[in-house]
Amino acid sequence: MPTLSESRSRLLVSEAGIPVSNWEIANSAEEAVLASKNLTSPVVVKLCGDTIAHKTERGLVRLNLDTEDAVKEAANELLSSATPEDGDVELLISEQIRGNRELIIGLIRDEQFGPCVMLGVGGILAEALADVAFRLAPLNKAEANDLIDDIAMQSLLESFRGEPPVNRETLADILCSISRLGEDNNLLSIDLNPLIISDGEPIAVDALVEIAEDK
Amino acid sequence: MVRNLLPLFEPKGIVIAGVSSHPGKFGFVVLHNILSCGYEGNVFAVGRESGELLNQPVLSSIKDVPEGSADLLIVCTPVEANEELIRSAAQLGIKAVFMVTGGYSEAGEKGKEAENRIVSLSNELGLVVAGPNGQGIVSTPANLCAQIVAPYPPKGRISVASQSGNFVSAFQNYANQYGVGISRAVSAGNAADTSIADYLEWFADDEETDVALCYVEGVKNGREFFERIKNVTKKMPVIMVKGGSTSGGQRAAASHTGSLASDGRVFEGMARQAGITHARTIESAFEAAATFATQPFPSGGDTLVLTTAGGWGVITADAITNHRDLNLISLPEDLMNSINEMLPPRWSRNNPVDLAGGETRDTIPDLLEIAASHPSIDAIIQLGLGIQGNTASLTRSGPFYPDHGLERIVDFHERQEKRYADATIEASQRHGTPVLVASELATADPMNPMVATIRESGKLCYASADRAVESLGHLVRYSHWLSIQQ
Repeated sequence: MPTLSESRSRLLVSEAGIPVSNWEIANSAEEAVLASKNLTSPVVVKLCGDTIAHKTERGLVRLNLDTEDAVKEAANELLSSATPEDGDVELLISEQIRGNRELIIGLIRDEQFGPCVMLGVGGILAEALADVAFRLAPLNKAEANDLIDDIAMQSLLESFRGEPPVNRETLADILCSISRLGEDNNLLSIDLNPLIISDGEPIAVDALVEIAEDK
Repeated sequence: MVRNLLPLFEPKGIVIAGVSSHPGKFGFVVLHNILSCGYEGNVFAVGRESGELLNQPVLSSIKDVPEGSADLLIVCTPVEANEELIRSAAQLGIKAVFMVTGGYSEAGEKGKEAENRIVSLSNELGLVVAGPNGQGIVSTPANLCAQIVAPYPPKGRISVASQSGNFVSAFQNYANQYGVGISRAVSAGNAADTSIADYLEWFADDEETDVALCYVEGVKNGREFFERIKNVTKKMPVIMVKGGSTSGGQRAAASHTGSLASDGRVFEGMARQAGITHARTIESAFEAAATFATQPFPSGGDTLVLTTAGGWGVITADAITNHRDLNLISLPEDLMNSINEMLPPRWSRNNPVDLAGGETRDTIPDLLEIAASHPSIDAIIQLGLGIQGNTASLTRSGPFYPDHGLERIVDFHERQEKRYADATIEASQRHGTPVLVASELATADPMNPMVATIRESGKLCYASADRAVESLGHLVRYSHWLSIQQ
């Protein structure tokens, strides 16, 4: 099944009201440097394309870029690491969100139950920890709150290493918003992985949307 | 719309088609069981060998049954005979059919076609069909034991619908073992015309049912199942065990979410969302159902442990602390002061309230009364009862009984056990606080006077503290779910 590029995926979830880190698109190192000037430093640069699903595994994400030279160097390296199989690629430059905690939120279509929303502990350990829970979409606010309560590692949602508790109100709103996207039958799945908890607020820093057919 | 299953569970008369004189055949066993458990309606046996069976005349055709004298047909005849049989049955006023016969969709494509024909026929004739390939129906309010298996359970408030006939038997065996009874029970078989959701909807409106207990394997239309059960759980608790992998058909997904949607996690989430009590095992499902049927609903999860046995108290405190729906409440100060007046200073002065051997003959009943009436305490787990009765049992069976003053002490111990058990029941009833009594004696020595008294009251004595904690957790979770529904 085709996936949308990160930029198109970000646009889709952002239009649904889900907070996403600010980003710009560039097609060259020079454009990347210009784009980074519109964003709060430091920035992240990623190589994106409709066929690139898992960027971290392939080393296509560069973090902590806080000078023009660093952005330029990272952009050149990423562009030269693209392979012919990747097809059309672009650079995505985004503000780097700081936080110690990561969540994963997703939407899938279950064969028995139809569209379902998932919330879990996110980041690179998401699948290993598998501290996740599902609900059938769409969700009302009470159901979203109950889903949040279903996460085993509740301590992760409380005050944590000097950071305030996760804003459950925002988190519940995000869950309700993504659940409403389940009404679009063309959307097969959505991964927001991770959402970084920055000063208590969850912000998606990656998005991957899978669709039934290319529009 | 809720289907009318009354003729299945409260028939005014029953026709059994396919009776046999061979005591090993289903057609014999089902007739035998109906005649043996006190059913008072009309019973008509129809079979190929006319004559008499179990003092009952055998009719050679269903057409010999007087019109309007029966509303339930039990089918033990082969696949080929059944469409004509059902047509004739409808003509004489049969409203519901239970099909024991196998060889339908479970047996392949041809069987599947025959099953589809039965469903269309019954829809056309306005009949309710249960099964096929089912083990039968039990309905204790009607003294009805129309099943090809055993046992017949004691009367109670739990109703069972299961896609496995063996689990109907298992639940009924537990009902006999623990004394917490069953109202209706049905083996849904292939559930061709009547599904688990149909049974649950009917149970929810049934005056003889307080709690539903079900086992499901496949759910044909998951979304519809969810919507229907969500309405049932608002009226009645539903305990469910799910067999088989639920997302086996999950397509290989590119997304992390898709790969995490396995191991029954979607079903688990659906169950929580629908207010279903999802039990892990058959035994814990029965115990949860028994708890729902016999304990008041708590307003929260703040739990107090009362114990005369230190070790059990510690283990139980751990289990409660690790349980996400329960809270080991800190002892309220006024309760602390009251207990200080009742016990010598060596008591635990903490939750668990460990009496540490400082109790006198009235301490346990008094303590239960003040704890159950305390507004901050939502539920109580009582441990360490039965010890005096256990001692009495050994003394009574020893060579020195009844001399040396042993008769008197044995009587005292046994009386005290009965008092303790009565105190747990009375305190719970008087104040609407669940009180769960746990002791290994529940299974090790059901004749122990404490265990026997709990059993006679119709409540469950839990076989271990952990099992009491698990059941209480289910009760607290459902009560909370119910309280947040609009």
